[in-house]
Amino acid sequence: MTTPGRTTAEHTAADTLEGGPRRGRVRPGGRRGVPLPLLVPALAGLAFLLLPLIALLVRAPWRDLPEQLTGGEVWQALRLSLLCATAATALSLVVGVPLAWLLARTEFPGRGLVRALVTLPLVLPPVVGGVALLLALGRNGVVGQWLDSWFGITLPFTTAGVVLAETFVAMPFLVISVEGTLRAADPRYEEAAQTLGASRFTAFRRVTLPLIAPGVAAGSVLAWARALGEFGATITFAGNFPGRTQTMPLAVYLALQNDPAAAIALSLVLLAVSIAVLAGLRDRWMTAS
Amino acid sequence: MTRSARRTRRTLQVAGAGAAALLALSACSSSGSDSGSADSGSSASSASSSPELSGTVTVFAAASLKESFTTLGKEFEKDHPGTEVTFNFGGSDTLAASITSGAPADVFAAASAKTMKIVTDAGDASGTPATFVRNQLEIATLPGNPDKIASLKDLTKSGLKVVLCDKTVPCGAAAQTALEASGLKLTPVSYEQDVKSALTKVELKEADAAVVYRTDVQAAGDKVEGVDFPESAEAVNDYPIALLKDAPNADAAQAFITLVKSAEGQKVLAEAGFMKP
Repeated sequence: MTTPGRTTAEHTAADTLEGGPRRGRVRPGGRRGVPLPLLVPALAGLAFLLLPLIALLVRAPWRDLPEQLTGGEVWQALRLSLLCATAATALSLVVGVPLAWLLARTEFPGRGLVRALVTLPLVLPPVVGGVALLLALGRNGVVGQWLDSWFGITLPFTTAGVVLAETFVAMPFLVISVEGTLRAADPRYEEAAQTLGASRFTAFRRVTLPLIAPGVAAGSVLAWARALGEFGATITFAGNFPGRTQTMPLAVYLALQNDPAAAIALSLVLLAVSIAVLAGLRDRWMTAS
Repeated sequence: MTRSARRTRRTLQVAGAGAAALLALSACSSSGSDSGSADSGSSASSASSSPELSGTVTVFAAASLKESFTTLGKEFEKDHPGTEVTFNFGGSDTLAASITSGAPADVFAAASAKTMKIVTDAGDASGTPATFVRNQLEIATLPGNPDKIASLKDLTKSGLKVVLCDKTVPCGAAAQTALEASGLKLTPVSYEQDVKSALTKVELKEADAAVVYRTDVQAAGDKVEGVDFPESAEAVNDYPIALLKDAPNADAAQAFITLVKSAEGQKVLAEAGFMKP
C-alpha cells in the first residue's frame, strides 16, 4: 500500500477512495465517513440517554453500598422482579405471537381498529391500566367477581396479579415487533409450504416461526425489559407486599420516600442485572440471525 | 483543496445549525425566566406601592389537604382579585424532595413534622413552620361495615383483607405507631404508596378495610364507612405549613398562610375532618 514518493495527502485521498484502512478516526465530510449532520445529533442523542445513568453512577453511595444491599428484602424484590418479568414475557409469547399473526396474515373487518386497540396499553398511563385491571379482574370486577364466586380466585394482591399487570403493559411491545417482522417476511414461503400439503398451522409452525424468530426474540427482549421496569400498573393492581408483590421498581419508589441513597443503590442493582441479561441475550440470539 | 473547502463549508453549516438550535433553546429558557422575574417584579412593586396582592401563589401541599385547600384557594382568589393559587398535591416526601431540589414553590404544607424537617434542614424554609391542623387515623371499611369492624384488633381477624400505607409514608408510620402502642400484629395484603391509594382499594371493594386519615374517610363520602379507634390518639399527625425561602411571590404566599390559620380557614379544615392544633 505504501508507495514511496507519494505524499501524505495523496495517500489519504487514495485510502478514502479505495475504502482503505481506517485509522480509528472519523472523517467528517469524507465520502465514506459519517456525515456531520448525522453524527452530531446521534452523539447528542446518545449523551442524552446516558447522562442520567452516569449521574446515577456518580452520585451512588458507593461506600455504603454493601450495607445497603445486604438486606434480605432487596434480593427478595430482585428475585420476584426477574420471575414476574419472565413469566409475563412467556405469557405474552403464548398469546401475543398468535395475535400478531392474526393481525398480519388475515383479513377481517375492523382490523385497523383492533391493531390500534392492541397498542392502547402503550399510551395509557400504567396507573390507569392498573385501575382498569382492577375494574376488570378485581374481586368486585366485571369478570373478577365470577372468578371469585365460581373458582375462588382473586387476583389483586397476588404474585399472579403482578404477572398479569406486567403482561398487560409489556405485551403490546411484543405484538408490534412480531407483527412488523411478519409483514416484512415473504408470505410466499408459507404459500409454497401449503401447496406442498402443509396445513396452515404446520406452515406457521415449521416455516413462519423459524423465519420470524429474530423478530420474536427482539420483541421478547423489549417486553421483558418493559415488564422488569413496570411500576404503575403493578402497584395499583397487585399492591405492595414484600416477597409477594413488591418488585424492584416498587421497592425503589418506596425507598425514595425516606432514603434516597437506598433507592439509588436498589436502582443500580436493577440496572446492572438488566444490562447483564440484555447484553447476554443480544449476543446469543439477536446477532445470530 | 476543493474537498477541504467543501468540508469547511459543511462544518460551518452544521455549526451554524447547532448554534441556531442552542439560541432557540436559550431563548426559550430566558423568556421563561424573564416572565417569571417580571411576575415577581410586578408583584413586589405593587406590594410596595399598595397592599394589593397579585400574581400566582404556588402551594405544595400534602395529598390529604386537597379538598380543603382547593376551597381555600378559591376563597383567596375571591378575596384578592388578580391573584391565582395553583396547587401541587402529592405525598409529603415527594414534595419535600422536589422543594429541596429547587422546585419553584411559595408555600409548603406537609402532613408530618418529619417531612417538613427535610425542607427546614435544607434551609429552604423562611422562618419556623407552624402547625395549622392535626389529623387522626381512622379505619375505613366497606359501606355498611359488613365485616362488623369495631376496633383495631378486629382488623387482625383472619380472612380479612386490610391495606395499610407503607411505613415510609406518614400515614403508614402513624398506623405502625398505633399498632405498636396497642401491641397488635397486623399483616396487611398490601403496603400502599400513599393514603389515597389505600383508600381507593376499599372504595373499589378490593380490600375490606384500610387504616387512613379521618379526613380521607370524610372526603370519600358514602363510598366508605369510618370507624374510630382509641389507639389513634397515639399517632396524631401534626401538619406544619411554611413560607419558602425562595418564594417567587412571598407577600401573597404569606397572605395565603394567614388565611389557612385564620378562623375562616380553620372552619373549612374542620369541615374536612381536621382537628385544631
